Amino acid sequence: MFDLERWQEIFETIGKNKLRTFLTGLSVASGIFILIILLGIGEGMKNGISKEFERDAANMVSVWTNVTSKEYKGLNPGRAITLKNEDYTNTVNNYQDQLEYKSSVFRIWNGAVNFKKESGTYRVEGVWPDYQFLENADMTEGRFLNYMDNDNIEKVVILGNKVKNDLFKNGEDPIGQYVEISDINFKVVGVYSDPGGEREESRVFLPITTAQRVFNGGNDVRSLAFTLHKRDNFEQALAESEQFSAELGTYLKEKHNVAPDDNRAITINNSLENTKRFYDLTNMIKIFFWGVGICTIIAGIVGVSNIMLIIVKERTREIGIRKALGAEPLSIIGMILHESIFVTTIAGFIGLITSLALLEFVGPLIETNYIANPSVNFNVALSTVFILVFAGAVAGFFPAWRAARIKPIIALRDE
Amino acid sequence: MIEIKDLHKSYKMGSNSFQVLKGINFSVAEGELVSIMGSSGSGKSTLLNILGMLDEADSGTYTLDGLPIKNLNEKIAARYRNKFLGFIFQSFNLITYKNALDNVALPLYYQGIKHKERVDIAMSYLEKVGLADWATHLPNELSGGQKQRVAIARALASNPKVLLADEPTGALDTKTSYEVMELIQGINDEGRTILVVTHEHDISLMTKRIVNLKDGLIIDDSKVDQVRAKSYV
Repeated sequence: MFDLERWQEIFETIGKNKLRTFLTGLSVASGIFILIILLGIGEGMKNGISKEFERDAANMVSVWTNVTSKEYKGLNPGRAITLKNEDYTNTVNNYQDQLEYKSSVFRIWNGAVNFKKESGTYRVEGVWPDYQFLENADMTEGRFLNYMDNDNIEKVVILGNKVKNDLFKNGEDPIGQYVEISDINFKVVGVYSDPGGEREESRVFLPITTAQRVFNGGNDVRSLAFTLHKRDNFEQALAESEQFSAELGTYLKEKHNVAPDDNRAITINNSLENTKRFYDLTNMIKIFFWGVGICTIIAGIVGVSNIMLIIVKERTREIGIRKALGAEPLSIIGMILHESIFVTTIAGFIGLITSLALLEFVGPLIETNYIANPSVNFNVALSTVFILVFAGAVAGFFPAWRAARIKPIIALRDE
Repeated sequence: MIEIKDLHKSYKMGSNSFQVLKGINFSVAEGELVSIMGSSGSGKSTLLNILGMLDEADSGTYTLDGLPIKNLNEKIAARYRNKFLGFIFQSFNLITYKNALDNVALPLYYQGIKHKERVDIAMSYLEKVGLADWATHLPNELSGGQKQRVAIARALASNPKVLLADEPTGALDTKTSYEVMELIQGINDEGRTILVVTHEHDISLMTKRIVNLKDGLIIDDSKVDQVRAKSYV
């Protein structure tokens, strides 16, 4: 390998056979290039999809209601089901040890919110302090609600980032200002941003006690949201949250006289199940891209072997001459393999570097949903290059070995 | 220098076995210039290939400079070829992508001689065949006679005991043929043993001994008065 004379011989051969070298290199470089780009896009899709799922807490169980769709105990379908405060408090009391965050929500879909001359309609949600974590809301200014706000039925409000931008056009500090919601003054105590983007940020939060009183909600609750304590083991977390969802469903349906299988009247959404689906999906995408990538590598290997075969065929006469002049079989094999490994390695790294550069510089410019920050694990990329080089060497070995065994007299006769 | 006893060789052509050499006995002393004559199919090229260790005999003995050549593996055969023999082919068999100098230097590469020394030795042999000015030219930039002279320089480069020439003038016109023969005679004059396979009578007359082959047997082996090629050139 470190035989300088051999290297000189190799470089001479490569230099004199530029087209052949170029074609071998091209098939290797493009194989690596395509593989890396594919893996990068696969990773990008995974990132993109994870981003879509970041809007809310990943292990959230939420409950909302609608009209019944089934007759039950002599009651007609079409009854509107409304949750009550006690549904929330009972659940919280029953599952105190398991719940991490919990909140009930009283919601007004189109609440008019005014500040001076600016106004807009936004979702107005009465919630508990934990809701910040259920929604993955980040406070950019001020604070979120606290239990004192709820207990004292304070008229305070948390604005979404978009609401703040809509209403406070002059860049005033919104904290401590008063905004009108349905003609009632609320003091702004915080502004939040949400990874879900603008749609999630065009909301305002009030203490639920205040919201129920101001909007004549009585003790009605529109939806419930819970998260269970985190578990290291995904399967365990999933099992626990499925059990919790099932028990909660049974409890609520019984209490509200809803058929046990009427999921329209009381819907329980377990986002961990969605998360599982998401993980399955990203795994599928990953497997798919790996599959395509491996096929590309195989195609590359076949290409390299093909070229190696042709090279050996083309050089049969030369091999015969070399053998007549005293080349040992091992030196023939060594010469051919040395050259092919050298060319595939260089070409492989060229493919690797160009594709990594493309991902590095063009990747961040891609602005579509579902693809974000395409990138590739450098070690994975490096190993694919070595696999290809190794496979190329193995593929080249057999024709080289055969060529080295051809009797010089037959090789010399080859035209 | 060369001792051959009862050499047999047959080729398989499909299901038929075809006897090419049917018991050759013959020896060559050091410094001889021998031509092996015969019509095509007489077995002369096969004999030369066996002498050159490019092919193996079925039976019989072959001794080269006191060394029995028998049951060689590829590796040892390659080493012997490199050390003891120089080849000159009808179709020159130069490596097309190497220039004249590199072609001549190639046997030295397989002797493990360093690059600089290789170039010096190769250059001296190119000078000897009168092609020093063409050292950097590729074979396809040379005429047939020049190519054969490069091939002769290459055959000499490893300083072999015996030169084996297979129809060295077969692809050349008469004038160039005589020029090449003049070169070969000159090398022989320096004492090197040379075997030339040819079917051209005038070429064989330029050697010192003619061995006539017919149907795999030597039918005639006689010394001749050498015609100097120089008188024709």
